[in-house]
Amino acid sequence: MAKHNLDARGLLCPMPVIRAQNAIADLPQGDVLEVVCTDPGAAHDIPAWCRVHGHSILEIKQKKDELVVIIEVGEANA
Amino acid sequence: MTQQHKAVALVSGGLDSMLAVKVIQEQGIHVEGINFFTGFCVEGHTHAIRKKDRVKPKRNNALWVAEQLGIKLHIIDVIEEYKDILLNPKYGYGANLNPCLDCKKFMVHKAVEWIQKKGFDFIITGEVMGQRPMSQRKDTMPVVAKESGADDLLLRPLCAKLLPETKPEREGWIKRENMYDFSGRSRKPQMALAQKFGFTDYAQPAGGCCFLTDASYSAKLTDLWKARGDRNYELDDVMLLKVGRHIRPAENFKLIIGREEGENNFLSGYKKQFINMHTVSHRGPLLLVDGTPEKKDLELAAQILARYSQGRDADEVTIEMTDQGGVTTSMVVKPIAMESIPEKWHV
Repeated sequence: MAKHNLDARGLLCPMPVIRAQNAIADLPQGDVLEVVCTDPGAAHDIPAWCRVHGHSILEIKQKKDELVVIIEVGEANA
Repeated sequence: MTQQHKAVALVSGGLDSMLAVKVIQEQGIHVEGINFFTGFCVEGHTHAIRKKDRVKPKRNNALWVAEQLGIKLHIIDVIEEYKDILLNPKYGYGANLNPCLDCKKFMVHKAVEWIQKKGFDFIITGEVMGQRPMSQRKDTMPVVAKESGADDLLLRPLCAKLLPETKPEREGWIKRENMYDFSGRSRKPQMALAQKFGFTDYAQPAGGCCFLTDASYSAKLTDLWKARGDRNYELDDVMLLKVGRHIRPAENFKLIIGREEGENNFLSGYKKQFINMHTVSHRGPLLLVDGTPEKKDLELAAQILARYSQGRDADEVTIEMTDQGGVTTSMVVKPIAMESIPEKWHV
């Protein structure tokens, strides 16, 4: 299991979702992607995207003006 | 065992595409959705910026629809490719800067590429004949099918009975008799079908799903192109046209002023890219200056900002201005009289 980082700061939704989607496309099941965003809308949209694709949200952390969404890649990428 | 066929649906987040997916799912077809982000989409972000628009929790309706239907949704960034569609539409514009026919052709063409890459069998859309004056007419719907390269792989389940038979119907992948014959601008047939499927909560954007159909937005975009002498644009340009009060006192500069807290928060994300001002002595909005202002222009900008602050009736308002290099200066101005802001300055 590898951990990856994605910087989506300064991007407005749906761009953080699109960047996360494109990053996950190349990852195997079980890998973890940590996405850092500044658009509060990402707190809803990234989990919604993960639910329809079968990926899991491990944690969502709010750090001042930044939001960190941690995703575990699901079996769709097996 | 018969092979399960696969369709990709153009999902906007509105009711029609939601119904089209459900109709095809009921035929035993595996459906996934694609949603294109052009930069001009109403769904997804800024519709919820202003507090008055926050009657419902903030959500991306395309993703919400996908979740209700149990389908995967792939969101595709077409911002760069879309520029050519907007700037050079073969079939021209609608009432505003909406190149609807070229846009639909482009999106269906992108869907053709997608199904070829992913091994899907056909494409569906939620189009209803006669619902939109450009792209959803009896004479233009076949143009989209032909010029996109989709041909008979493009199925419109809500009005398929009014159109020539497509391959999914001809091959028996789905039953033509289970398709619909909706036409016209009435929403009643869609609402009845929604009720049949048990859909009670769905988005009904009044102006469609694209800012380019909006007269006010199109006027702002036209103004931007005219002032720059160039019709090109970047994503930030088109995003900023969605929010704030836009005032252009002269060709060389424009002011963008937040109208309430949500817009001020949105505009604050652009502070490093623009000269920006805020009031210090009184509560007030954030102002961005776009263009190449001279010193006297910045003084005028400060006076206008003061007018839109709570110090509008004061003799003096203190303003802080920060340039793109982060250098902050302070100035004290008298708010400009409202009658000194001509109507023609409002973009």
